[in-house]
Amino acid sequence: MLLVENVKKSYREPDGSQLAILDVPELSVAAGEQVVIRGRSGGGKTTLLNAIAGLTTVDAGRIAVNGTDVTRIPEVGRDRFRARHIGFVFQTFNLLAGFSALENVMLGMTFTGQRRDRKRAEDLLQRVGLKHRLTHKPAALSVGEQQRVAVARALVNRPVLLLADEPTANIDPAHQQQVIDLLREVCAAENVAMLLVTHADEVSNQFERVEYLEEINRVAAV
Amino acid sequence: MEQRALASSLTALSMALGVAVMICVLVIHSVAVRQFSQDAQGYHLIVGGKGGELQLVLSTVYHLGQPLYPIPYTYYQKFTEGEFAGITKAAIPLCLGDSYEAPNGRMFRVVGTTPDLFDKIQYGAQADGTPKRYEFQPGGRNFKTANFYEAVVGSVVAAQSGLKVGDEINPTHGIGAEGHKHDGFEVVGILKPTGTANDRAVFINIEGFYLLEGHALSPHEDEAHEEHAHEHEPAATEAAHEHADEEDAEHDHAHHEPLPIDQREVTSILVLCNNELGPMVLDTAVNKGEDRIAQAVAPSREVTRLLENIVGPIQLILLVLTILIVIVAAISILVSIYNSMSERSHDIAVMRALGASRQSVMTIVLLESILLSLLGGIAGVLLGHALLGLASPYVEARTGVTLGLFEFDWQEIVLIPALVALASIVGFLPAVSAYRTDVAKALAGSR
Repeated sequence: MLLVENVKKSYREPDGSQLAILDVPELSVAAGEQVVIRGRSGGGKTTLLNAIAGLTTVDAGRIAVNGTDVTRIPEVGRDRFRARHIGFVFQTFNLLAGFSALENVMLGMTFTGQRRDRKRAEDLLQRVGLKHRLTHKPAALSVGEQQRVAVARALVNRPVLLLADEPTANIDPAHQQQVIDLLREVCAAENVAMLLVTHADEVSNQFERVEYLEEINRVAAV
Repeated sequence: MEQRALASSLTALSMALGVAVMICVLVIHSVAVRQFSQDAQGYHLIVGGKGGELQLVLSTVYHLGQPLYPIPYTYYQKFTEGEFAGITKAAIPLCLGDSYEAPNGRMFRVVGTTPDLFDKIQYGAQADGTPKRYEFQPGGRNFKTANFYEAVVGSVVAAQSGLKVGDEINPTHGIGAEGHKHDGFEVVGILKPTGTANDRAVFINIEGFYLLEGHALSPHEDEAHEEHAHEHEPAATEAAHEHADEEDAEHDHAHHEPLPIDQREVTSILVLCNNELGPMVLDTAVNKGEDRIAQAVAPSREVTRLLENIVGPIQLILLVLTILIVIVAAISILVSIYNSMSERSHDIAVMRALGASRQSVMTIVLLESILLSLLGGIAGVLLGHALLGLASPYVEARTGVTLGLFEFDWQEIVLIPALVALASIVGFLPAVSAYRTDVAKALAGSR
């Protein structure tokens, strides 16, 4: 379902030199598979997720999501592809403060080019236990509730791949497990592959497959 | 916009105020032009004493400013039974220079004239071309030639002074409240509103006017015209005798003898010709005639000149100022949105991560600018018309110009598309900023 091959990415430093960030020979994730990526800070985890999502262009290599090489399609096409096929859960939830929980979830459907399915958004919010909080704005929701809204938003378009960038980093331990359980449960129920970046042992220990960035990224290994 | 409700409201409000002022300028100018043009309709020429042409028109048609020096009554008779009578359909003499002070202190111009003013002259025309004729409010009528001390008052005068049919008014000598009070005139009619300056005037029988203190020339004052003075008896003499017994002539003054011709003057004459060439012929005859004691002015020509040379430039200056106000308001929208771009970059990055294209976020920012301008613009249009509606009674009382809540100017139609264009221009800079948002950096920055 996801295949990353020989992907390289570097940034230009202010002094003109190139700073290599990624050099990933191969990384693959099967449909519905749940994979954790661990690694030190600055190791290129977020850059890898951004590259897979098409938010960052790569210098070389191939990233195929569900058979489509996202590195080969123009930016507008990548945006549409991301909207339809890739879900994103951020470390800080990134809900829009002016929108209600339901509106935030429906925002995820806005850019797919298809009709917005309100019922789907409501069903997902019900599944994450927020049926009674549809019209609440983020400021009126607890941290755990906000992350549940973010999960619902990431899954609302029935993506094939969910990218979760340290989704429990800002949550107190009591709620961490709830979020992980929720992600695993919903992804399994919807047959969505998940690539989850985390630092936390207690999170990674729950997954069958854990990839260490130092092992898959030659730059991080140096 | 919702998150920044206060800032958005204030920027929209600044736009609304600018647009409201612009609406006021446009509508007032439009109404004033229409009013000025309409007031001068119904006759071809104004004949009056030598002096400023504009002064003659303003004092005669709009009851503004000082009247010119009068001309002999015999000159007026040229139009009724003299050399110009053949091409004259109606000639209405006007005697200006008196005022009426209402009990509440408001001053109105008094015009001595004949009933023909309301019987033979129309004011403007309906949209279908039907002439608008003077009408009287129920219970009232035009004054009669034979009843020297009868008066008709304009609708605004009646409304503001409380005058009604049967009341007596005492004109004041001169334009102002300082002059002595004249004999009384009975109000026999109140005009229905015409929307012209005549709504703000009091019309008295010219025969009564002549008999008021200080209005008669001594015979020696006008020796130049004496030889003509007795050639024609005033029409009122005959009429006065004929109708002396009528019920309406029961007024105390009804049996006065009319003032002899040689002691009469008129301030101006409204002339309606009976053929298309008439105005040109009369214009030449009066302005280039041998006696050269009078001038003939086409009011429409003077009004056009007034509008083009005075009102037009003033309106242009006001319009430029209001356009500047709107541009400043638009720039405030630009500053407001642009300053908020750093805090919006997070939201923009989130939308981009959810699949929004660069074009989409650019459009969203542009739409915000357009929406703010449109909301401000629409609020401004409503506010402008509300202000006009509120100011209407005051403006009408002071100037006779009738402003309505629903007075529109065609240029208002251009206003909204112009605002959209302006908003697109000012929204372009922040929109480009949104377009260029580095998603990865913005999302990383939110951690």
